[in-house]
Amino acid sequence: MVLNHDLMTEGTDEVAHLAKHNIIVTTLEKIWNWGRARSFWPLSYGCNCCPIEMMASGGARFDIARFGYEVFRASPRQADLLIIAGPITLKMAPVVKRIYEQMPAPKWVLAMGNCATSGGPFRDGYSVLPGADSLFKVDVFVPGCPPRPEALFHGMLALKQKVEQGRY
Amino acid sequence: MNAVNSDAIIEKLRTIAGNKAEIVLDAFFTYIKVSPDDLLTLMQLLRDQLGMNYLANMTGVDQGEEFELVYHLYAIPDNQQKLVVKTRVSRDLAELPSISSIYPTADWQEREVWDLMGVSFSRHPNLVRVLLPEDFTGHPLRKDFKKEA
Amino acid sequence: MFTTDLYTINIGPQHPSTHGGLHVEALMDGEVVKDAIVHLGYVHRSVEKIAESRTYTQFIPYASRLDYLASNLPTLGYAQAVEKLMGLSVPERAEYIRIIMAELSRIASHMLFIGSLAVDLGATTGLVYCLRDRERIMNMLEMTSGQRLIASYMRFGGVSADLPEEFFPAVQSFLNDLPGMIDEYNGLITGNEILQARCRGIGILSPEDAIDYGVTGPNLRASGIAYDLRRADPYGVYGRFKFEIPTGQRGDCLDRLTVRIKEIEQSGSIIRQALETMPDGEIQAKAPKVLKPAKGKEVYHRIESAKGELGYYLVSDGTDKPFRLHVRAPSFVNLMVLPLISRGGKLQDIIANIATLDPVLGESDR
Repeated sequence: MVLNHDLMTEGTDEVAHLAKHNIIVTTLEKIWNWGRARSFWPLSYGCNCCPIEMMASGGARFDIARFGYEVFRASPRQADLLIIAGPITLKMAPVVKRIYEQMPAPKWVLAMGNCATSGGPFRDGYSVLPGADSLFKVDVFVPGCPPRPEALFHGMLALKQKVEQGRY
Repeated sequence: MNAVNSDAIIEKLRTIAGNKAEIVLDAFFTYIKVSPDDLLTLMQLLRDQLGMNYLANMTGVDQGEEFELVYHLYAIPDNQQKLVVKTRVSRDLAELPSISSIYPTADWQEREVWDLMGVSFSRHPNLVRVLLPEDFTGHPLRKDFKKEA
Repeated sequence: MFTTDLYTINIGPQHPSTHGGLHVEALMDGEVVKDAIVHLGYVHRSVEKIAESRTYTQFIPYASRLDYLASNLPTLGYAQAVEKLMGLSVPERAEYIRIIMAELSRIASHMLFIGSLAVDLGATTGLVYCLRDRERIMNMLEMTSGQRLIASYMRFGGVSADLPEEFFPAVQSFLNDLPGMIDEYNGLITGNEILQARCRGIGILSPEDAIDYGVTGPNLRASGIAYDLRRADPYGVYGRFKFEIPTGQRGDCLDRLTVRIKEIEQSGSIIRQALETMPDGEIQAKAPKVLKPAKGKEVYHRIESAKGELGYYLVSDGTDKPFRLHVRAPSFVNLMVLPLISRGGKLQDIIANIATLDPVLGESDR
């Protein structure tokens, strides 16, 4: 059974013996992380071309719901994943910072697209920040211009692994 | 006559513009060059007498010593005439009258020219930055704009 | 006896219904909107300044990123503007291919309009239907240009590659299914009683105001003025195709929706005609590798984009980079009437107005 492998603490013979009788020994942290990783609630935020691919990933063809991530929340207070889709401009920077601070912990940031990763094609302009990591800590970078929905899923699954393993 | 404007229209233009304007033709448009002081009067005449009711585009070009303002005018739904009005202001005194009282669409387009090029428009209803943050210093589309590190 | 204070409600810039980063500051007197102040610039990517340090060819991907919902349209406009500047001609086959891809992009943009209007008003199902149908167009864009969303397919003098074999059955089956899709939208979305109540008589834009404020595209046509640049100022080979120009009577939100649905039909008809009459031949004319237009030459080229008149004003200084590139963005100008049509309405009408004006923030902020 999958649960056993994901949640079990490593270890002793006693743990393996208990598992045979359907008793799992684990930590609360592992259970919370298991749940968090399988149900990110992204914030509906996006500027530009990348959120269109984010919307397409929510559509029927790519179906973000099969991973459990379809609950896009409008309010940052109800979301735990901030997908920075698109460039962060000078005017938008304080807004994004504020939104990030309004999200309750634990929260994660996924930089979607070249603009969020490094400023992208607009890096040498005067109004685009060189990447989302100039404002806060980014957990996963998904390159692409725009990244396909499959690439976005790859990024979200990489984040899932990260969260599951408690590396945040 | 150029490809778009007939002789009759060009003749009418000369009558309207009088000797205050220079009229130049190319394959695409008829250009009318005026000084900023005559801009409002010309625009009003073009709208009333030539039926140019649609200001499609308005922008500025940094030509070094001067800023050139360009206005592309059409007539909806007629679309027989295609005119470009051009005027120049010096770099030191980059100011000219706003035409938003004649063409309301100039409102935001003039704000954009102010924001990005630094040309100000007198008697504009709300001349504030439209694309950049309020506290941004400088006008980026000027050729001598230096990006802060 | 009683006095009320005005209070401010901020809609956006982070909001599910603001089509990107649009910020509307609504001054409310109770339920009634006294004024709606629009703040733009949250997606300002300094495209016009970047253009001055890119060659004409290097700017093509930036042009596609202006209106990313219908990316073939701004690319087409830019390619034609530079062709005008350089005096380049385009082979016949390429002209037809360009029109087919441009009209497919227009349909894609209008489909997303319908879906996002539905979801902005609360009908989440509508979005999923439109996204599903849009995926077929994304497939076709990917077949031709290699990219789903930002198809930088146009080149100076033609297109980058010929239509592959698998494109033709795909587009035929799409065109055959298009009437069924439109019926579905009309049944599910347009005919819905709640949507009708939210859109009929809301956000009325008079034709005089529309022309005064420079509103173009389906928004102008919904107010009753049959002005379409494909007919009024034809570019490419649009003059060879028969199509109608749908208009509305009231200029309200419902008209802006029905005009776009009818335009999808007309675009389908144009694509069908283009496929039937497309000649064989070259897909790109010989263009110099490095383009250096004559010094002092300037051009203003405008096309009928999905949002309205998209114009490119190019000034050359004799080098391989533009001296000045200005994009006349229809969404920037169209949004000017948002305060006008929202005053006196309710707060939720602002959402319907934004959705039906169909702004693309990438284009309006550049």
